[in-house]
Amino acid sequence: MEPLTWGGVFAGMFVRFIPVWIALIVAFALSLRFKRRLGLFGKLFDSPVGMTGFGIVMFWVFTAIFADMISTMDPLGQFSGSKNALVGAALKAPDEGAYTHFLLGADHVARDVFSRMVMGARDVLKIAPAATVFAFMVGVTLGLPAGYFGGKLDTGLSFLANLVLAFPVILLFYLLVTPEIVQTGIPIYFAAVLFIFPIVFLVLLFQSRYFTNPPKRNLYVGLTLLFGLWAYSGLAFNMDPIGLFSMDPNLLNVFVSVVFVNSPGVYRIVRGMVMDIKTRDYVAAGQTRGEGPWYIMLWEILPNARGPLIVDFCLRIGYTTILLGTLGFFGLGVSPESPDWGSTIDDGRKLLSIVPHPALVPALALMSLVLGLNLLADGLREESLKD
Amino acid sequence: MFDTTWDPSKPILEIENLSISFFTRLREIPAVMDFSCTVMAGEAMGLVGESGCGKSTVALAVMRDLGKNGQIVAGSIKFKGRDLTRMSEEDLRHIRGSEIAMIYQEPMASLNPAMKVGAQLAEVPMIHQGMSRDDAWKLARQIVADVRLPDPDRIVNAYPHQLSGGQQQRIVIAMALMSKPALLILDEPTTALDVTVEAGIVDLVKDLGHKYGTSMLFISHNLGLILDVCDRLCVMYSGEAIETGHVGEVFDKMRHPYTQALFRSIPLPGADKNSSPLVAIPGNFPLPHERPKGCNFGPRCDYFEAGRCDAAEVHMSAVPGDDRHASRCVKWTEIDWNAPLKAKVVKPKTPVGKVVLKMEDLKKYYSVSGSAFGGGTKKVVKANETLSFEAREGETLAIVGESGCGKSTFAKVLMGLETATSGTIMLFDENVQSTPIQQRNTDMVSSVQMVFQNPFDTLNPSMTIGRQIIRALEIFKQGKSDEDRAARMLELLDLVKLPRAFADRMPRQLSGGQKQRVGIARAFAGGAKVVVADEPVSALDVSVQAAVTDLLMDIQRENRTTLLFISHDLSIVRYLSDRVMVMYLGHVVEMGTTDQVFSPPYHPYTEALLSAVPIADTRVIKKRIVLEGDIPSAMNPPPGCPFQTRCRWKSQVPGGLCDTVMPPVKMLAEGHQIKCHLPDDVLSTMEPVIKMAAE
Amino acid sequence: MLLFILRRLGVMLLTALALTFIVFYLTNLPPNLEKLAKSEASVRMTDDQVVSWIENNGFNAPVVSRYAQWLGVMPGWTKTLDTGEVRGRCIARGQDPATVASYCGLLQGTWGMSTVFKKPVTEVLGRGLGQTGWLMLAVMLVMVPTSLLLGVLSGMREGSRTDRVLSTFAIATTATPEYVSGVIFIALFASATTGISPLLASWGWIEGKTLFMGTATSAMDDITFWNFALPVMTIALYGIGYIARMTRASMTEVMTAQYIRTARLKGVSFGQVVLKHALRNALIAPFTVIMLQFPWLLNGVVIVETLFNYKGFGWTLVQAAGNNDIELLLGCSVVAVLVVLVTQLISDIGYVFLNPRIRLS
Repeated sequence: MEPLTWGGVFAGMFVRFIPVWIALIVAFALSLRFKRRLGLFGKLFDSPVGMTGFGIVMFWVFTAIFADMISTMDPLGQFSGSKNALVGAALKAPDEGAYTHFLLGADHVARDVFSRMVMGARDVLKIAPAATVFAFMVGVTLGLPAGYFGGKLDTGLSFLANLVLAFPVILLFYLLVTPEIVQTGIPIYFAAVLFIFPIVFLVLLFQSRYFTNPPKRNLYVGLTLLFGLWAYSGLAFNMDPIGLFSMDPNLLNVFVSVVFVNSPGVYRIVRGMVMDIKTRDYVAAGQTRGEGPWYIMLWEILPNARGPLIVDFCLRIGYTTILLGTLGFFGLGVSPESPDWGSTIDDGRKLLSIVPHPALVPALALMSLVLGLNLLADGLREESLKD
Repeated sequence: MFDTTWDPSKPILEIENLSISFFTRLREIPAVMDFSCTVMAGEAMGLVGESGCGKSTVALAVMRDLGKNGQIVAGSIKFKGRDLTRMSEEDLRHIRGSEIAMIYQEPMASLNPAMKVGAQLAEVPMIHQGMSRDDAWKLARQIVADVRLPDPDRIVNAYPHQLSGGQQQRIVIAMALMSKPALLILDEPTTALDVTVEAGIVDLVKDLGHKYGTSMLFISHNLGLILDVCDRLCVMYSGEAIETGHVGEVFDKMRHPYTQALFRSIPLPGADKNSSPLVAIPGNFPLPHERPKGCNFGPRCDYFEAGRCDAAEVHMSAVPGDDRHASRCVKWTEIDWNAPLKAKVVKPKTPVGKVVLKMEDLKKYYSVSGSAFGGGTKKVVKANETLSFEAREGETLAIVGESGCGKSTFAKVLMGLETATSGTIMLFDENVQSTPIQQRNTDMVSSVQMVFQNPFDTLNPSMTIGRQIIRALEIFKQGKSDEDRAARMLELLDLVKLPRAFADRMPRQLSGGQKQRVGIARAFAGGAKVVVADEPVSALDVSVQAAVTDLLMDIQRENRTTLLFISHDLSIVRYLSDRVMVMYLGHVVEMGTTDQVFSPPYHPYTEALLSAVPIADTRVIKKRIVLEGDIPSAMNPPPGCPFQTRCRWKSQVPGGLCDTVMPPVKMLAEGHQIKCHLPDDVLSTMEPVIKMAAE
Repeated sequence: MLLFILRRLGVMLLTALALTFIVFYLTNLPPNLEKLAKSEASVRMTDDQVVSWIENNGFNAPVVSRYAQWLGVMPGWTKTLDTGEVRGRCIARGQDPATVASYCGLLQGTWGMSTVFKKPVTEVLGRGLGQTGWLMLAVMLVMVPTSLLLGVLSGMREGSRTDRVLSTFAIATTATPEYVSGVIFIALFASATTGISPLLASWGWIEGKTLFMGTATSAMDDITFWNFALPVMTIALYGIGYIARMTRASMTEVMTAQYIRTARLKGVSFGQVVLKHALRNALIAPFTVIMLQFPWLLNGVVIVETLFNYKGFGWTLVQAAGNNDIELLLGCSVVAVLVVLVTQLISDIGYVFLNPRIRLS
C-alpha cells in the first residue's frame, strides 16, 4: 500500500475526529443558543479569546470521551517492521478490516503515534481535573478559616503553605514519586489526610446552612458521609467493601503528589480573597444576626470569590497537566507503558534529532490543551471583570 | 499663553449643544444630550445633579479625556474662542495643565504614590513654561505655602501617603494652580473628606479663585456647597441640563419641577419629621438606555401631562427678566411656583417609653502593632472613652462625628461583634458588655440589628433578595415552615415598599435605594427593638435619601423601635433625631436634645461642625468657623482635651488647662451636657451659628 | 526595618531547617537505605546482611539524631565492630579514630561523598553550579529585559493591536513547558531531517548538518551561540510569557489609575507618562514575580539540562535522584532550598525598597 500524502494524513485525521466535530458543534450551538441564561459561562461567548479557548479544551475533552472510536489501533500494540515509521506510512501487514496507515507514524517500538496521542488525552484528562478539584477542596477548606480568623491559625497554616511552595517542585517529585515511597506507605497517609477534605468541606457546607432545619440537614450530611466515606475508604486505603472505588498504588502516588503540590497555591489565593471580602458589610450583617463562622465563610464569602477561583481553576488544570507531563518526562509517571503525553515525549526524545514525530506529536497536543485552558481562563477573567 | 488675542469680556468657556455617548459592544449609550453652558472670566459655575446625570462626563469632555469608549457626537466646546473638540492631541496637551486644570474627588488616588510631592508639582511649569528644575521647585514651595499648608519645605519632600487626606487635596489644588490656569475644573473635590476639613478646602478654593481670577467649573451633588462657592449653576438630570441661571435666582425662584422636588427632598433648617416632613421624589432615575420620550423627568413629575410632556424633545427656554435663567420644561409658565405643598401629612410625635439601652463608662481599647512590619511597640488605640448614655423606646438618638471619632466601634460593641474593655451595657435589663454575639440568645440578637452604610456592600451579591431575607428569618427562628417564612418575607418586602417580584432578583439588579430598603427589611426580620443605622443614607442620592429616611421613620413609629442613627450630616440629624450625641476622638463632647445641641451654648467642636455643614438655603446666614488642620489620629491623640489642637476658644480657658487636663463632663441644663473647660460666662456669650435672615 | 529583616531571617532559617529535615527524612527511608546497602556492598545480600550493614554504618539511629549529625550539631556516631574496627560518621576508611573531629556535618563543611561520582559532594555540586551559573546568567539576560519590554509595551495601551498580539504570544509561551519547547526547538533547528536545517544545508548556507546543535555538552567547555542558544531560549521562553503577563497586568492597572489621568491632564506627553509616572509603579509587582520565578527556573534547568545533556546542577540532581545517591541529593536540596529562600528574601526587601508607601511608614 502507498503511504499517505500530507493531505491524506489530514483528511484521515479529520475523518477519525468526526465524533468530536459533531460533539463540538452541538456544544457550541447549545451554548450560543442559551448564552444569556448561562451567567458567566454564557458571557464567555462574547469574547473571541474565551471562545477559542473553550473550543480547544472541549476538543480534547471530547477526544478523551470518544477515544475508543477515534484511535486507529491499540495504543500499546507493536507492529513488527514499522519502527519509526514516518507520518502517513502504510502498515506492513494490516489485519483484515483494520486501519491501514500510521496516520502520524510510529515510534521506536513501532506503536501508532496517533492512537497513543488520542488515548493519552484520556489519561491526562482523567487525572488533571480531578487532582485540581481535590487541590481546591484542600486549599479552600484551609484558606477560608486562615483568612477569616487570622491570628495563630493563619500564621501556622501560611508557614506550612510557604514551606511547600518553597520546595522546588522537581525535587519534591523526585522524593515523593518513587517506588520506595510506595513501599513505605507514605502515599496512603497523604491520601488519608488529603482525601478527607472534600468530606469535611461538604459536611460543613450543609451543616452551616441547614442546622436550622434538622431533617434536611440530616439528609444532606448523611448522604455526604455515606458516599464520601465509601469513596474515601476505597480511594485512600483501597478497602472499598464493594470494590467500586479503587486506585492503582502508582496512580495514587502521582495523584496525591500533584494535589499536595497544588493546594498551597489555592490556599494562598483563597486566603487573600477572604481577607478582602470579610470587610464587606454583608459579612458584618451576617455576623450581627448571629451566623456561625462557617456559614459566613462558605455561604457569604466563598460564592463571592468565585470569579477569580474559576479563572485560577482553569489555569491550574493547565499547570497540573504540565506537572503530569514533567513527571512523565522524568520517567516518574503513572506507568512506563502508559500513553500519557509526558511519558511519550520522554520516550521520543532519545531519537529526537533523527525522528522527531513521536515526541513532537504529544508535545504539540499537550501545548494546545494548556493553551486552550489559558485562553479560556483569560476569556473568563476578562468577562468577569466587565460586570 | 499661546492665545493672546482672546478678549476677556467674551466667555472663557462656551459649551454649545454638546452631546456625548459611550459606545459599548451592545449599544450606544448617550451620556449627555444637548448640553449648553457658558462660563465668563472670573466666574464660578456649578454643575449639580445626582450620580449618573452626566456632570462628570461634561468635565471630562472639556478636558477631552473621555477614554476609549466615550465620544463627542455633536456640539462644540469653545475655550477662549477655540473649539476644543477639533483640537489635535498635541495642542490639547499644551492647554491641559496650563490653561485648564482639574481637581478630582479622591486626592490619594490622584497623586502618584512613588513620586515626591515637589516633583509632581514642579513638573507642570517645567512642561509648560520650560522652567528650570530649581525654579520650578521654588515655585512649588511657594504655591504649597499659598494653599496654607504648614511647613512647605517638609511637604515638598514628602511622598503623598505621608500626608493626610486634607493635605493631599491641598496638594492637588496646588498642582492645578502651578501654571495659573484660566479655568479650573473641580470634580466633587471634597466628597471624600470630613466636613470640617471640607470647610477649609472650600474656603481655600474660593479665596484662590478670587486671588488668581480663575474661572471655575464646580461639580457637586451638594446644593449647599454650590451655594457657598458658585455664582451661577446648572442643574442636570439624566444627561440634560434642565435649569441654569444665577445661584440666587435658581435657589429662590426655581422654574423646573425637578429643581423644586430636589429642594423639597433635602433637610433644610425648618424641616421636621413630624410637622413638615421631606417630600421624596417618587420613582427612580431612568437608566441611560431606558430614558422616556420627551421630558426625562416626566414619569416622576407632579405636573406631568400626558401628550405634552412626552410628546417631543423639550428645549431650554429662557426665563424673561432674570440673568440668563433658563428651564427645560414645557409647562414652566403655567405652574404656580409659590403654591404651598399640598396635603401635608402631619404625623404624630412618637411618645418615648422606658429605657431599653443604657451604657455606663463604656471603654473600648484596641492594641495595634506599632509598625507596618509587625513587632515593635504595641500601641493602644482608645476608640471609645467613658461613654455613658441611655436610649428609650421609640426614641431616635443621633450619634454625630467625623472619621475616627469611634462611632463605628461603639456600634460593634453594642452589636456584640467586639466586647467592651470596661464599663457596662444594659440592654433590656441584661448586662451584655462582655457577651460576644455567639453567646447571646436568638431573642437578644434579633432585637438588636443594624442597617449598614454602603448599599453596594450591604447585600450578598450572589444570593437572591428573598433568600437573604428568609435566611434572616431562619436564623431568628421566625415562622414554622419554609412556606411560613416565604410569606413573611413577602410581607417584609411590602413593609419596605418594594414590589414582591423583587424576591427573585439578584442585588445587582436593584438601585442603591432599593438595596438599602432590603437592608432595612432584613434588619427588621426578627422584630428588632433597637436598630443601629450606620450612615444609612449618606451614600445615596439626595432624592432617594428622603424616601429611605422616611421609611425608616415610619417603621420606627409603628414598631416603637429605638433608633441609633450614626451620621456626620448635621442637617439630617436635626431633621430626624430626638436627642443628639456629638463624638470626637472617642469622647462624647456634647449630648442633649436636638434643640439644645443645635443652639448655643455649644461645645466648640459642635459649633465648628454646625458652621461647616453647607446649607442650601439662601436665607440662612452662617457664621464661618474654619478649623485649622486635620483630625488627629486616634492612635496618637493629643494630651488634655482631645479637641485642643483645633479649638478656637482655647485662649479663653485660664491656666492652659486644655493642654494638660481632660475636661470634666459639665451639665448645662436638664439632659444637656458638654465636655469642656470653658467657664459658664464664656459659654453664655456664644452666638448661634445659623441664623435665618429676616424675610 | 532591621527588625523586619531579622524576623524574615528567622522565618527563613526555620523554613530551611524544616525543608532539609523533610528531604533528609524522605531520602533516608528504610527502602532507600536497603537499596543503598545493596548498591554499596553487594546486590545479593540477604535480608540479615542488609540489616547488619545498616547497623554497622550508623543508619539505624533515630532519624532526628542522624539529621542532627548530618547538620553538624551533634557529634557523629562511632561504633566498634565485632572485628574491633572503629567506624564512625567522621572517620574515613583507614583513618585513625583518635585524630578526627567529633562533629562533621553541613556546618563543618562536610557534605559527604557522592556514591555515583565517587567524589566529595561539594566538588560535584561546585562544578555543576558553575555550569548552571552560566546558563542562568544567559537566561536572565535574555528573559528579564525581553519580558519587561513586552509587558510594558502591551500594557501601556490596553486592547490595542500590539497588546493583543503580544498577549497572545505571552499566553502561548506560558502554555509551553520546557520539555515541549525544547522538543520543538530541536525538531525545528537542530534536526538533520526536519525543520529548517535540511533546507539550509541543501542551499549551502550552513556548514554542518544542522543550524544549532542539539546538545549543549560542548558548551561546558566553550560557550558559543550555536550550542547555547537553544537551551537558553527553552528556559527563557516560559519565563518570558509569565513575567510579561504579570508586567502587563500591573501596567494596565497602573495606566487606569487616577494619578495617570492627573499626569495626562497636567499636559504630560504620553511617553513621559509611561516613563516617569507609570513605569516605576508598574514594575514593583513584576520584581517580586521575577524573584519568585527562581524555584520554577530551577525546574526548567533540570529539564533543559537533561534534554540537552548539559552537566550542570540540574543534571546532577537527576543523577543523584535516579541513582539513590543520598548524600548528593541532600546536598542538591540544600542548595535548591537556599536559592529559593534567598530569592524570597531579596524579593521581600526589594519590594519594600521599591515601594515608598511601605518604606516610609
